[in-house]
Amino acid sequence: MAADFSTSAVTVGGCRIRLMRGGSGEPLLYLHGASGANWLPFLQTLTRNFDVIAPEHPGFGESDTPPWLDNIHDLAYFYLDLFDALQLSGVNLVGNSLGGWIAAEIAVRSTQRLASLTLAGSAGLYVPGVTQVDSYLITEEQRLNAFFYDQSKAKEMIARVLHPDMEDTALKNRQTAAKLSWQPRSHDPHLAKWLHRIDVPTLLIWGDTDRLFPKEHAKAWQAAIPGAKLVTIPKCGHVPQIEQPDAFVAALEEFIGARRQRRKTA
Amino acid sequence: MKFFNFHLMPYAHADLKAIAEHGSAWVTYSNSHYDAEKGAELYHDYLDQMEFADQLGFDGVCLNEHHQTAYGLMPAPGVIAGALSRSVKRAKIAILGRALPLVNNPLTIAEEYAMLDNITQGRMIAGFVRGIGAEYHSSGVNPAESQERFAEAHDLIVRAWTEPGPFVYSGKHYQFRYVNTWPRPYQTPHPPIWIPSQGSASTIRWAAKMRYTYAQTLSPIAAVARFFQLYRDEAAKAGYEASADQLAWSNTIYVGETDKKAIKEAKPHLEALVNYFLKMPTEMLLPPGYTDTASMKRVRAVKVTGKSQTLEELMASGVVIVGGPETVREKLAEYQDLAGFNTSLTKTQFGTLPNEMARANMTAIAEEIIPAFRDREPRPASRQAAE
Repeated sequence: MAADFSTSAVTVGGCRIRLMRGGSGEPLLYLHGASGANWLPFLQTLTRNFDVIAPEHPGFGESDTPPWLDNIHDLAYFYLDLFDALQLSGVNLVGNSLGGWIAAEIAVRSTQRLASLTLAGSAGLYVPGVTQVDSYLITEEQRLNAFFYDQSKAKEMIARVLHPDMEDTALKNRQTAAKLSWQPRSHDPHLAKWLHRIDVPTLLIWGDTDRLFPKEHAKAWQAAIPGAKLVTIPKCGHVPQIEQPDAFVAALEEFIGARRQRRKTA
Repeated sequence: MKFFNFHLMPYAHADLKAIAEHGSAWVTYSNSHYDAEKGAELYHDYLDQMEFADQLGFDGVCLNEHHQTAYGLMPAPGVIAGALSRSVKRAKIAILGRALPLVNNPLTIAEEYAMLDNITQGRMIAGFVRGIGAEYHSSGVNPAESQERFAEAHDLIVRAWTEPGPFVYSGKHYQFRYVNTWPRPYQTPHPPIWIPSQGSASTIRWAAKMRYTYAQTLSPIAAVARFFQLYRDEAAKAGYEASADQLAWSNTIYVGETDKKAIKEAKPHLEALVNYFLKMPTEMLLPPGYTDTASMKRVRAVKVTGKSQTLEELMASGVVIVGGPETVREKLAEYQDLAGFNTSLTKTQFGTLPNEMARANMTAIAEEIIPAFRDREPRPASRQAAE
């Protein structure tokens, strides 16, 4: 499948970010994880049915690092401003890992412009007693290997993210990720208190062998978000949209399709 | 030249094989390897050594702060300084330094230093550091906030020492309704501030601008010379001529009877320091955000953290000076002229070096080296010739 998307620069409140967009249909906005933004094959697949919007977060890659960027809450408010600026409504918001955490922080603040929320291998919560890989005390290659159930599939991501030409981007992404997630490590102790506010249909897609945010995290999200549905993908690690793109897209489209169906019959 | 006896207070009984297997003596090297009876004895040996340095005529004693490591047993250097503040009668006491960004209340450091300055009646030297990268793993403080927190904590401490309290302080990282620290420092306007660093250009620039003494940590002498030149250049830009007294070189010196004997005696203990106690993976030493992208790339490119070094290599690059008295005097004079410093912060005990050997080394330095340098200033002529 040929990549079919355009890249533009969008400025919101003085902060210029890179935005990739392709396809048509209902808007689907994807928030990337700490390893950075890319037009990945699963996004291309989703363009069949959706207007796919993939911004690169402030502080990452080609996007500006604004002076106001200190924590995850700043990004949540930035994206609420971006939705306003792009006049988006009925957004299917999807996030993986750090991007999932941002998506949840957005949704507890306002679901006004959202149609649904999907979190995959999401950061954001602390679950007592669950062992997590500390991605800051291993090499970047070890970190990316830890993302996958099938180590052979890690090779492509390592080659792409750790390519020597990408060193500046990788360092910038790591620095911003640390700013957002170093302490408390990859979670917001105040988030769980407000997850009950999420009043749009919510899907959790989790790799059965996620080592960064093991599936107990999915259970914790499910318990806290009213009506959240959980799909667990077997033989899959932390990045289901990359490791098992077909299963990921199928779960997502089924969930959004079912919601659409319900809305029609209602 | 002035001589300070610099102690890291290493856990000298550490099982080097276990450290090697673990990959580092820092952060995750389990404290179950610590034996309190042996450790308590070490504390007394080391405190005795510092008091001995005072009796031998060293100009000062130096302490520092590191956390969760067998490399140094001084997570709270103020405790050691307190223990020495009445028994070290003459020498200065320098803490090089407290790691400002690691604390949530920098006023505790203003208070601690002011207390020590009062008890020693003005013999306190106040070092401020950011802490090395490993400290950000062990304290949880966000490395991306390290520079901002350092700048803010520094400003707050200096204001607490110099402005009549109470006043309000409201920064980004620290906020206080009442800043009114008791006691005020003994020295006016405050204890001398020294800034140790691994050679960060921005730190050197700032230290020069503030006229703070700059201390260069463990580095080859050619690099030390470049860093000190940068300091002098920055001082000139700031409109004054830096004195050699503002530059301190942190080194290791071991004096034996002959060159051959000195090398043989020092070798296992110095190599233990460099290849075991000091070793850590790059991701531990440089967490993201701790330093700028350019420095990060430089360090990654040379892979400094993985290399083992022999004593002979450390001597050849001028990181340490080991030899008979004549050799040590020659080398130290050569390095003083090359780099232009007037303070030697000298580790006389290092790594696994036993107490008796450390004391013999201190005695030899005091008898054979210090007198030859007492009135010696760096000779800039030979520095220019070397450049």
